[in-house]
Amino acid sequence: MAKKLISVTVNGRVHEKAVEPRTLLIHFLREELNLTGAHIGCETSHCGACTVDIDGQSIKSCTHLAVQCNGSQVQTVEGLAQAGVLHAVQEGFYKEHGLQCGFCTPGMLMRAHRFLQENPKPSEDEIRMGLSGNLCRCTGYQNIIKAVQYAAKKLQEQAATA
Amino acid sequence: MIPPQFDYHAPQTVGEAIALLQQLGPDAKLLAGGHSLLPMMKLRFAQPSHLIDIHRIPELRGIKQEGQTIVIGAMTTENELIGSELLQRHVPLLPEAAQLIADPQVRNRGTIGGDIAHGDPGNDHPALSIALNASFVLEGPGGRRTVAADGFFLGTYMTLLQEEEVMCEIRVPAFAQGTGWAYEKLKRKTGDWATAGCAVVMRKSGNTVSEVRIALTNVGPTALRAESAEQALLGKELSVANLQAAADAACAICDPAEDLRGDIEYKTAMAGQMVKRALVKAFGRCA
Repeated sequence: MAKKLISVTVNGRVHEKAVEPRTLLIHFLREELNLTGAHIGCETSHCGACTVDIDGQSIKSCTHLAVQCNGSQVQTVEGLAQAGVLHAVQEGFYKEHGLQCGFCTPGMLMRAHRFLQENPKPSEDEIRMGLSGNLCRCTGYQNIIKAVQYAAKKLQEQAATA
Repeated sequence: MIPPQFDYHAPQTVGEAIALLQQLGPDAKLLAGGHSLLPMMKLRFAQPSHLIDIHRIPELRGIKQEGQTIVIGAMTTENELIGSELLQRHVPLLPEAAQLIADPQVRNRGTIGGDIAHGDPGNDHPALSIALNASFVLEGPGGRRTVAADGFFLGTYMTLLQEEEVMCEIRVPAFAQGTGWAYEKLKRKTGDWATAGCAVVMRKSGNTVSEVRIALTNVGPTALRAESAEQALLGKELSVANLQAAADAACAICDPAEDLRGDIEYKTAMAGQMVKRALVKAFGRCA
């Protein structure tokens, strides 16, 4: 089972590594690159805790092989904050108390981040549908919705002043 | 959970993929979106020695029109179906139904061809394809052949697709003006398979049903075409009695497996309910 050499850009940094074909992206990120933000939850593509961006699309990294990402751009939750300043979605989850235990949060943040680019002015229903691939066992989702609404507003304000 | 070891191949053309299938034999599996195969490999339900990733084959992607037929590349993702203006205009059943499949992340990876070729009766595209009167283009060492969706599904995980063949296209007749459609899927939560589902494509003439195709999801070893239910409606009005007759005819062919979604009686009853809802919705959309 020959290893495959892959080149993947993660949070703007190019990584060239030889990986076993069976290495899942989530394990590559956590164990090879020490990016432990994305969490291993259900391991069956239901819970969304492992959500990251590949080439501008949200995917579940527990059900994706690292070799499939050869040549791709990957973004993880570690790539959200810039120069020590929280991204609007992170600020939203902080201000609106969008988490309790925090286990689902990295996936929620990455999905919310991508969702707000797909739909910058979502209704509450659209937020619920947009984040329907991410499960939270603590919050009852209400504050997560508020956090995404907070981030949507902040991103719109940022876009208006840019 | 980590899948068992395998060798990975990433062909660039369908021809290369077929050559790999020939060379590597039955221990090789095609990897489409991977959201059925990888979970099965993690659980050791599948242990292929070789995965042939067909994600990097451009000719397998995209949606185009050829006369009155919409041609969908087998590796087109669910989210690409949802976003397709061509489908919204000519086959609106597909983008509407795709929104009921899995969740946003999985829909970025899951493909229409993978959903069909897997042969899982819980998948939604088999019944949709049957209702749409779609056909599938399969390419193997001997060239291409086209097979109808109705008749393609032989049993659970068994289809007409041969071991050395690649599913290339899903060909769907564009809806004629005035066609009605619906997909009703009862599910417990986002990402669940259907407890029961029903796809309907219909045309009417005055107040009577002039054409109808009805197919069922997850209430048998394969997706099922409910021909007797279709016969119960042809040339008739969609009265309460006729609706019930069609639902009863559909229930009569159901053979669901009992699981956490319900027992056989419940699933069969829900299939009847989905048939009624889909028929009413489709009829209301006929012009």
